[in-house]
Amino acid sequence: MAETSTSPLASPPEGETRRDFLLYATTAVGVAGTAMAIWPFIDSMNPAADVLALSSTEVDISHVAVGQSITVTWRGKPVFIRHRTPAEIAAAEAVKVSDLRDPETDASRVQKPEWLIVIGICTHLGCVPLGQKPADPRGEFGGWFCPCHGSQYDTSGRIRKGPAPLNLAVPPYKFLTPTSIRIG
Amino acid sequence: MSGYKFENKAVQWFDDRLPLFTVLRHSTTDYPTPRNLNYWWNFGSLALMMLVIMILTGVFLVMNYTPNAALAFDSVERIMRDVNYGWLIRYMHANGASMFFIVVYIHIFRGLYYGSYKAPREVLWWLGLVIYLLMMATAFMGYVLPWGQMSFWGATVITNLFSAFPVVGDYIVTLLWGGFSVANPTLNRFFSLHYLLPFLIFAVVFLHLVALHTVKSNNPLGIEMKGPQDSIPFHPYYTIKDLYGVGVFLIVYLAFVFFAPNFFGEPDNYIPANPMVTPPHIVPEWYYLPFYAILRSIPNKLAGVIAMFSAILILFFLPWIDSSKVKSAKFRPIFKQVFWIFVLDTILLGYVGSQPPGGPLVLIGQIATAVYFLFFPFLYLLGKIEKPRALPQSISAAVLKSEKA
Repeated sequence: MAETSTSPLASPPEGETRRDFLLYATTAVGVAGTAMAIWPFIDSMNPAADVLALSSTEVDISHVAVGQSITVTWRGKPVFIRHRTPAEIAAAEAVKVSDLRDPETDASRVQKPEWLIVIGICTHLGCVPLGQKPADPRGEFGGWFCPCHGSQYDTSGRIRKGPAPLNLAVPPYKFLTPTSIRIG
Repeated sequence: MSGYKFENKAVQWFDDRLPLFTVLRHSTTDYPTPRNLNYWWNFGSLALMMLVIMILTGVFLVMNYTPNAALAFDSVERIMRDVNYGWLIRYMHANGASMFFIVVYIHIFRGLYYGSYKAPREVLWWLGLVIYLLMMATAFMGYVLPWGQMSFWGATVITNLFSAFPVVGDYIVTLLWGGFSVANPTLNRFFSLHYLLPFLIFAVVFLHLVALHTVKSNNPLGIEMKGPQDSIPFHPYYTIKDLYGVGVFLIVYLAFVFFAPNFFGEPDNYIPANPMVTPPHIVPEWYYLPFYAILRSIPNKLAGVIAMFSAILILFFLPWIDSSKVKSAKFRPIFKQVFWIFVLDTILLGYVGSQPPGGPLVLIGQIATAVYFLFFPFLYLLGKIEKPRALPQSISAAVLKSEKA
């Protein structure tokens, strides 16, 4: 091969810099271009506009009696709305924050102490914890109990026992009137 | 290529333009195979057959399946009730997945027992593990498609594994879901990928075979072929042996399809998916259970996820972890026992993974997890201290000796 054809790369007398420029420029544009071409495909897998549009929901809570819980849907997820009893509020406030795995005071998790609003998704692997119905097991701390891997939450939705790393998340919400809220 | 001339002129004409017949000849009647392969060597061809059955039944299922969260469950029930032979095709596909994994697990353990991962077969071993990983992903997404309760919550739990990673975890999970929970966009993309991945598996199987035909088959003695006296051609000797194995295997497979089609399934998956209610006891399909048990045995979420992935990824390093020069367990008295402990440990992990967590099972699962991971450093030490039995001179010498005896 070396006898029958001369390799253009083998003898660069003076074209070195121009050839290097071509090589680097083509590589750089190729890499950047590929990255930019991939992005639309990856981003197409992110939530679409219609999914994002479902991102807020209004709930009338006037019919929820003290000690009662309801489950509403927000972004396809269950949201627990609990009208807490004075005993539950007292129990949640009495906990020493330094003892918690994910330290949060009860006051920082509620806007009004009698209304606890949390996303009903276990922070371990995404199951829906039990505790919304009167007959459900509610764990040792009187809140919620996840049947999948045994995580237990207290009356403020904070993780107390089991594999979950975090407290039940508090969604963004606002009291529109004293008896209705908007989540999202 | 080999300079062989085919008698049929049309065949020769075509082969001169595309050497299809030369390649076929090269990999069948000209392909030397060790003359001492036992029935454990049937499982490679069985795995290939299962892949073909899965692709074919899958293609026909798609003709009647609807990948939409509102319609998927009913479309599967329609396949079962209304589509001609739909029940058969679906049960062949569903039980076929389990059979595929049984075959592949035996194939992997065969490789482990006879040291088939050692030089020069490291890349062959890697390609096999890549196929195995692709199979796990494909089977997981396929299980989601009927959109029953186990489909939905299995998908939720498994995708949530990625949320364990710090900082990027939640973004990855949202990206996987295409929303804020498992929902219709998730079902659609899983369907798309479930259709794509088997063809990728097929491509890697092809590479697996190219690598195999380069390094040739290992054998129960674990010593390489030294000449023609050690080998017989693949065709007709092993084609007939493989076909005999296919017959036996089909009896077992079709017994499940016809007489116990839901043996491997979960009754809860006949309840349509409900995002508001988690079933009281979630279990993955049986072929993930050992890894699920490892995940649950580690009390920390991120560490559990890392341990689970490591349990498979460590197998890629096996050719270098095992320091023994001797391949086959036949000549390794201690390894032979350690191998069976490892097999039993994996089965124990599978049992622990199938049970609700709590009680003594937590500790048993943790011990079994420790044994699983200790197997590998022990294997490294074992190669240094174990005294192997004397290897035979050659495959033919060993075969002829056993025939005289």
